[in-house]
Amino acid sequence: MTVRKNQASLTAGEKRRFVAALLELKRSGRYDAFVSTHNDFIVSDTDHGPRTGHRSPSFLPWHRRFLLEFERALQSVDASVALPYWDWTTDSSVRSSLWAPDFLGGSGRSRDGRVTDGPFAASTGNWPIAVRVDERTYLRRALGAGGLRLPTRADVESVLSMPTYDMPPWNSGSDGFRNHLEGWRGVNLHNRVHVWVGGHMATGASPNDPVFWLHHAYIDKLWSEWQRRHPGSGYLPATGTPDVVDLDETMRPWHDTTPAALLDHTPHYTFDA
Amino acid sequence: MPELSRRRALTAAAALTVTAGAAAAHGTTARAAADDDHGHHSSPDSFDEVYKGRRIQGRPASGGGHHHHGGPPVAVFVDGVELHVMQNADGTWISVVSHYDPVPTPRAAARAAVDELQGSPLLPFPATSATAATAVATAAAAN
Repeated sequence: MTVRKNQASLTAGEKRRFVAALLELKRSGRYDAFVSTHNDFIVSDTDHGPRTGHRSPSFLPWHRRFLLEFERALQSVDASVALPYWDWTTDSSVRSSLWAPDFLGGSGRSRDGRVTDGPFAASTGNWPIAVRVDERTYLRRALGAGGLRLPTRADVESVLSMPTYDMPPWNSGSDGFRNHLEGWRGVNLHNRVHVWVGGHMATGASPNDPVFWLHHAYIDKLWSEWQRRHPGSGYLPATGTPDVVDLDETMRPWHDTTPAALLDHTPHYTFDA
Repeated sequence: MPELSRRRALTAAAALTVTAGAAAAHGTTARAAADDDHGHHSSPDSFDEVYKGRRIQGRPASGGGHHHHGGPPVAVFVDGVELHVMQNADGTWISVVSHYDPVPTPRAAARAAVDELQGSPLLPFPATSATAATAVATAAAAN
């Protein structure tokens, strides 16, 4: 059984195997297919049109399935690997071990945002940025640029306390748990973390930065914490909503799974805590 | 890679246009020409300026089906290359290079994109798998 662990508690061997599996997916071209899929959805999901991956109730089950696909791809390289998660309320500093050279590498240099250390630095030749919106082919970051702060545990608690999963109009203007977690409204959790990392993480092609998976694994964990806290609250909407994925409707691009089938993560993985 | 070369050529041509545009910065000629091209009157979201040495333009999206259902009313360009932008339900804007950080207007999104690009040419969207295949091949050849 796959156990998703806090990245801060990974052993040196676990970090090494995770990085090696990422590099192998990249080398084979499988990694960039995930970046393409994400970018395709992010530019086509609109508030007043069809929306599946973002700014809609299916933001959470869509990313749960997307991460499952990615984790299975990693495990096809090394069956011992699981996606770690990044609790950015605790590991909120650029000096976190997350950003050390033996794991994801650090921030970008000021001149051009280029990441210069770690396994994903352009100088290694192992991490070309292929799916991109501009000509730069090197991984970029700007951790905490402009003095932006990551969300605090109090921010997270304020969102986990919201009892309703999602509300009309089921988009970036909604009240409720999903949109506050996604960050288009209120204290801003998920979106703010993308902006804090900067570089590729701030763009539609954000999975170019491997921290994408660790960020979304934590967002996914927060969904499961919310479920435990509100056992009487379920996914909404239930049925008959134009442009929006209802509980029992299948999701693009897979067409074989519904939000209902993804509400319980435990058939697929558990968390370390 | 003829496709990539064509893009580079287009980018270079756009850069030349910008040089001419910069000479006539704030001139009405370029603005009027942009409006005439599309047969629209200026909308509140239309703009045409040189920002940090790059020409940014916003004009009413053409009705030619380029923008599908739900698309934005304004098309934004950086040095002549279209920047994918989107309007949120609350009226704020984002672009594909700054997708998680809403700003008040299309012009602010264009300026944020220029800041983010740090001088890099924009590629025509979408970021396609063809682009990916080309870049992977290029990287492999370089190794």
